Amino acid sequence: MSEQHIKLPEGSIEKTTTTLNLGPTHPATHGVMQNILELDGERIVSTEQTIGYIHRAFEKIAERRPLYQITPLTDRLNYCSSPINNMGWHITCEKLLGVKTPKRVDYLRIIIMELARISDHLICNSIVGVDSGAYTGFLYVMQYRELIYEIYEEVCGSRLTTNIGRIGGFERNFNDIAFQKLEKFLKEFPKVWKEFENLFNRNRIFMERTIGAGPISAERALNYGFTGPNLRAAGVDYDVRIHSPYSSYEDFQFTVPVGTTGDCYDRFLVRNEEIWQSMSLLEQAYKKVQEFKGAEAEIYHADVPEYYLPPKEDVYTKMEALIWHFKIIMGEIDMPPGEVYQSVEGANGELGFYFISDGGRTPYRLHFRRPCFVYYQAYEELTKGAMLSDAIIVMSSLNLIAGEMDA
Amino acid sequence: MQENLNSVLRSLSEWPKLMSLTNEHIKQRLTEKFGEQVSAFTEPYGMLTFESPKEINLKVLNFLFDDEELRFRFLTDLCAVHYPDKPGNELAVVYHLHNLEDNIRIRYKVYTDINKPDVYTATGLFSTANWMERETYDFYGVNFVGHPNLKRILNVDEMDYFPLRKQYPLEDQSRIDKDDEMFGRGGTVGFGTEKTDHGTLIESHKTNVGDNIV
Repeated sequence: MSEQHIKLPEGSIEKTTTTLNLGPTHPATHGVMQNILELDGERIVSTEQTIGYIHRAFEKIAERRPLYQITPLTDRLNYCSSPINNMGWHITCEKLLGVKTPKRVDYLRIIIMELARISDHLICNSIVGVDSGAYTGFLYVMQYRELIYEIYEEVCGSRLTTNIGRIGGFERNFNDIAFQKLEKFLKEFPKVWKEFENLFNRNRIFMERTIGAGPISAERALNYGFTGPNLRAAGVDYDVRIHSPYSSYEDFQFTVPVGTTGDCYDRFLVRNEEIWQSMSLLEQAYKKVQEFKGAEAEIYHADVPEYYLPPKEDVYTKMEALIWHFKIIMGEIDMPPGEVYQSVEGANGELGFYFISDGGRTPYRLHFRRPCFVYYQAYEELTKGAMLSDAIIVMSSLNLIAGEMDA
Repeated sequence: MQENLNSVLRSLSEWPKLMSLTNEHIKQRLTEKFGEQVSAFTEPYGMLTFESPKEINLKVLNFLFDDEELRFRFLTDLCAVHYPDKPGNELAVVYHLHNLEDNIRIRYKVYTDINKPDVYTATGLFSTANWMERETYDFYGVNFVGHPNLKRILNVDEMDYFPLRKQYPLEDQSRIDKDDEMFGRGGTVGFGTEKTDHGTLIESHKTNVGDNIV
């Protein structure tokens, strides 16, 4: 065919790259983000991310809600580890209100938070496996996430969006079944996770896919505001649990794993090691909880009558309890004015709450510092010049959770 | 790689002992450098908070970044707050900075007039400020001068207002005037000329957000 018969749109001759709308690459990316790649053959020239498809205006909604009604909003940030978000929110409120929680509450919180961290890392790492073509690990470890969810269920009654705990502690004490399930988890999970590691860590195909994919230097990672496992994989040992301890993390012994190159493989290994550290924290915390005997073992919340609901039997029989119950539920309690920034080590980075109270009944301003939102902007730099297949694995190894990104 | 990783595992239990920088010292360094221009030093819940005129925000951030003692090289958070009761200073841009080596955080604010919300961008200093500033622009309309790509990030591009400003209250959840059969608010109850917090709604005058999108 001679050239004059081909009618191409103007400008298309000059364009030598291909535009590709990538995804959905795995079930959590259906419709929640758009990832446009500019490709030269299979090499990525540039990328553009569009986010906000599940933006729900939590910061605006929170300005009209009493504190206890904001907890369910935090559930929906990083929904793979909602309990950490819930606890972070309670700790922020407690800091503003000046509530001191008993040690037993802190340790119970650590149990819940570390379980959440394990379930989050477990999802992320097994998804990295799925995205590199190894489905088995994902299906195998999933039954232990189920066990973690059953523990949540015993404590608070729900599984994914947990709304766990209250300002001052927990809504009820942990029951025996919760502890039995925790023991079962502590006993069985290490073997399973060891097997998962055997499947991946020295797997030639997996290593070839992940080593050198999406690397970032420590300096760039800090400049991009990376936190959590992604920053530690680049070699910076920053961990909120150690730098600004909350919930009595200072009573525990654990190490912070760091990587060197910040590529997908290092991120994977750092998360694996963090699971082992979380297992150790769980064992320590469980041991400490067991040391509380008698009346001490019945403590599961601090004494905060303005924010912690009175026992139901008192509400039905005593006037004062009924009044407090009503006032709390209707959100009729004025907070002290103040300005608080509190962060917790979320499963994928520093989850911060910037809370301004003007002395009213709802926050004047509440801002969530969401780690996913902060580091997804580095995606372009991570994938520039890489192959198309790297784009997918970099995205899953960053552990992007759209709910958190869009708030 | 695994061995390598294990070899660099380090315990950080001695970390807090390294903390040497104090709030007083930071305050002193800043006052030495900027004199009267940095002001309103407070320490709510232990975090040093101060403000400066918006014109020198980059100078202050650069000084905090470069100074050998201060080394605030990690931008934790950037957001805005709307204070409708402060004429001329309605919008506050709040930076949360972290010195990772000495493990100390500070909060730095600049105020701007809502009618001319121009603030210099921090993207030259921190790559992470890019999306944070886009988010702040998206919700509060702060115009970050010099930003490479200042457009909306979470809301739709066609939106013509800045939703987190205080003049846009959330919908009154008990309103009954809204024709919203889909979500069980009963369609025709109180329909017509109901007075609400949002003014009198007449059916023919009703507009929805997004109606003026061309």
